[in-house]
Amino acid sequence: MSDRVTLGIDRIKCDGHGVCADLVPELIELDDWGYPIIRAGAIPQSVLPHARRAVSGCPTLALRLQALAVRR
Amino acid sequence: MSIALLAGPPATQGMERFSAHQQRLGELPTASHLIDSIEQSTLRGKGGAAFPVATKWRSVASQRSGTPIVLANGGEGEPLSRKDRMLMEQRPHLVIDGAMLAAAAIGADDVVLYVGAEHTAAIQAMQRAISERPSTTRSKLRLVSAPVRYVSGEETAAVHFVNDGVALPTSIPPRPFERGVDGRPTLVQNVETLAHVALIARFGDEWYRSLGVGTASGTTLVTVGGAVPQTVLIEIPQGMMLADAVNAAGGITSNSDAVLLGGYFGSWVESGTAWGLSLDPDALRQLGLSLGCGVIAVLPSGRCGVIETARILAYLAHESARQCGPCTFGLRAISASAGRVAGLASTPGDLEHIQRWAGLLAGRGACHHPDGAAGLLASALRVFAGEFLRHHNDRRCSIVHAAAVAS
Repeated sequence: MSDRVTLGIDRIKCDGHGVCADLVPELIELDDWGYPIIRAGAIPQSVLPHARRAVSGCPTLALRLQALAVRR
Repeated sequence: MSIALLAGPPATQGMERFSAHQQRLGELPTASHLIDSIEQSTLRGKGGAAFPVATKWRSVASQRSGTPIVLANGGEGEPLSRKDRMLMEQRPHLVIDGAMLAAAAIGADDVVLYVGAEHTAAIQAMQRAISERPSTTRSKLRLVSAPVRYVSGEETAAVHFVNDGVALPTSIPPRPFERGVDGRPTLVQNVETLAHVALIARFGDEWYRSLGVGTASGTTLVTVGGAVPQTVLIEIPQGMMLADAVNAAGGITSNSDAVLLGGYFGSWVESGTAWGLSLDPDALRQLGLSLGCGVIAVLPSGRCGVIETARILAYLAHESARQCGPCTFGLRAISASAGRVAGLASTPGDLEHIQRWAGLLAGRGACHHPDGAAGLLASALRVFAGEFLRHHNDRRCSIVHAAAVAS
């Protein structure tokens, strides 16, 4: 995977535990109902380790790292 | 007005039988060079998203993971639209022709015809049309009727229902063109789109392009409702002015402040702007608008846009598949606040909340249900800005209170 990655989320799996927003607040905030809002664009190198931790810490395995898509 | 899809016998005669269809249009041509011809025609999908048809067919045909399959999507969930069911009732053989051509063009063996279970007349016409076909065609066609739900026509929901009997959207990836019905690359294409293909294959892309007005090409089916004598299905040349389409539907029966363009996932447009709009997908897109699934609903003078919007939002909140949090809880909250504002019973913050939430939902569901609802709400907040404030701050409705004084 190239260094141009972003966070992707399976919205059906996500139950709004909010662990991700605790682990990588630089990239994720929670909406009024506790569900993640992901910052658009490539993840800066300095934040990447935290993003990886958020992916592995998601209780429902809803979060993933993915190549930054031009169109999706 | 009938020009291409609806040319032939009038709607009062019911479905066009196979013999009449063949006599009028001739044998089905082969699908050689069809994708190129569709590309030249600039045909876009008629289910709502207006995706270029040739691009979609190529992406299915280029998959290497099994034999492709075609899913002809007649799961018309939009309450304001009737075009798909009426097309199937009147011209089922055009839909079947288009589906068979699609199958040939992308290398598919089978076709699933997916029709809403509540569209009983459409199902009967499709069944009869299938039975009229030779066995070589019949053996490739399977009719599947889907449950009544707004989201059941969404393409992943259609695939999910055919596979597992559950008409709810699934997470993407994989998209249906990668892995759909039976795990095969699946072309999900709206039934009207396929009917256009049946004519483009016969008469060519140049003919199709020549049907449009100005730089626009082809025709489109629209359902015109609201402040017109009755809700009607008409076929119009793309690029036609919206006022002309409404006049073709019988003209307005009252003054109107706004038009809902594109249905429940569409946008409110002030009538002063709306009448002059060119009904051309490209021109509309430049204005941030879309004809969606071909709905034009004219708001009658005695109806309040805020109340109508709250009613639509309540419907969409109820129709959420309730699989994704932002849609489940966000739409419910928006609907509750909008309902209080509409009912002149708002609590402090209701209007500010829905203004903020309108910008918070797009792109945050597995499907585009929350995007559609948020887009409709955003347009209502623009077009009915004064009326929202009057409802929220003064607890007054121009329409309801004017009616009370008049009576």
